[in-house]
Amino acid sequence: MTWDEMAPLLWENTWQTAQMVLWSTLFTALLGLPLGVALIVTDRGGLFPSWTLNRVLALVVNIGRSLPFIILMIAVIPFTRMIVGTTIGTAATVVPLTLGAAPFFARLVETSLREVGADKVQAAHAMGASRTTIIGKVLLPEAMPGLVAGLTVTVVALISYSAMAGAIGGGGLGDLAIRYGYQRFETTLMVITVVVLVVIVQLVQTLGDTVARRLQRG
Amino acid sequence: MIDVLGLRKVYRDRGREVTAVERVDLHVREGEIFGVLGQSGAGKSTLLRCVNLLERPTEGTVTVAGQELTALGEAQLRRARQRIGMVHQHFALLSSRTVAGNVAFPLEVMGTGRAERARRVTELLELVGLADKAKAHPAQLSGGQKQRVGIARALAGNPAVLLSDEATSALDPGTTQSILALLKRLNQELGLTILLITHEMNVVKSICDSAAIMRDGRIEESGTIPELLAKPGSRLAAELFPLPPAEPGDITITFTGQADEPVVSQVARTFDVDINILGGALEKVAGLSAGRLRLRLSGTQRAAALTHLAERGLLVEESR
Repeated sequence: MTWDEMAPLLWENTWQTAQMVLWSTLFTALLGLPLGVALIVTDRGGLFPSWTLNRVLALVVNIGRSLPFIILMIAVIPFTRMIVGTTIGTAATVVPLTLGAAPFFARLVETSLREVGADKVQAAHAMGASRTTIIGKVLLPEAMPGLVAGLTVTVVALISYSAMAGAIGGGGLGDLAIRYGYQRFETTLMVITVVVLVVIVQLVQTLGDTVARRLQRG
Repeated sequence: MIDVLGLRKVYRDRGREVTAVERVDLHVREGEIFGVLGQSGAGKSTLLRCVNLLERPTEGTVTVAGQELTALGEAQLRRARQRIGMVHQHFALLSSRTVAGNVAFPLEVMGTGRAERARRVTELLELVGLADKAKAHPAQLSGGQKQRVGIARALAGNPAVLLSDEATSALDPGTTQSILALLKRLNQELGLTILLITHEMNVVKSICDSAAIMRDGRIEESGTIPELLAKPGSRLAAELFPLPPAEPGDITITFTGQADEPVVSQVARTFDVDINILGGALEKVAGLSAGRLRLRLSGTQRAAALTHLAERGLLVEESR
């Protein structure tokens, strides 16, 4: 293949990967953040302790995290059809990607929130702050550097998952590498695809690290 | 100002019961600095957290500024807490906020408007001497500065009462004195009632008007500093003025305020007794000179001499 043949393919598939990752990151954050908060606040000694709810949430998260992504992707096909209306294409991959990454992100959120000192929460209680105020004005802001770092790790995981999502017709760089690079022995394209992926991951990680560092105030 | 009656706090942990506070009564008068002194594990921290109901007492009532906190529902309790300041051992400042943001936090909780908040924050930072650090982050401050921010934050709601949970325990001695001086100044200028817990006798000695000694969840003795010093067998006096071990027959005299009078030489002359001073300590406590002396007296009029000392208003104790 010549460069002129490869360039549009690369461009199109990079764009597809970007779309899959951006949309699934958005939904992962929307789903995973409340889930992580819920895991913390329902825990023993939390702001809204509920042992039963905590165990149920933990079970859901653990199931989500223990399923290999490729299995999860197939298992949720009926659910995907219900939500998106189709099971192929870039939009359809957002559902399994979100379901795969949200539990993972939720655990990272939980870990970050757990590191917020109990004395800060107690101080807010002593000021007469309500429990929702404590979540919104103490727990989340104080955990922000950790949350950003956790989201960065999640985005990188999503980039890797999105390559697999190509297998169900999602397109993207992973799909390109398999269809052209592997099945048609286009080694050059394969190498370029991998390089593009490495560059994307590097960019995401650097951006995440920078933001997290700026938020970190000791 | 603060009345704690019959307070008990029992923790249940895996079927085991641990009593942290056992039937404690505490009365803090308006405008005084009251210190609860005790070793770690004595239950003083639990006691303090029961005063603003961060811990709910198992039994007993807590009344602050005429309001019985133990009878309030959650929303009312939150409002009551806004009028009770609290200072923490490890400052408990939010690292995501600037100094000004930290002081503004309780005002946000109270629903104070933005302009009023900014005005109040400036005023509070000036009060604690940190007006120039408004935009700094807690990580850029020294321990003493952090605690000043903690104090400014605690005063945001114009509280009648300030609770101090080992506020100086994480600070070096010099910084401790400056924070204690600040607390004393706030007590005098704002008429702020302060209840503090500490394991440092120095804190009680420097700023407290009254004190209680706590041990194994109970209050061993409690009262104003002069009262405690004048009480026979007082642990406060013993800890404040450490003396060498006594032998039977040794006399310990405790004086509060009579330090200017030459009692020992007068007694020696009047009653013709020989007096050997074995040890002694003199301190400025709660604004008055107080001290203890350990004496060994011999002579025919020894009994009369002791009676005379007691009549002079000194606490005379004879070791057995």
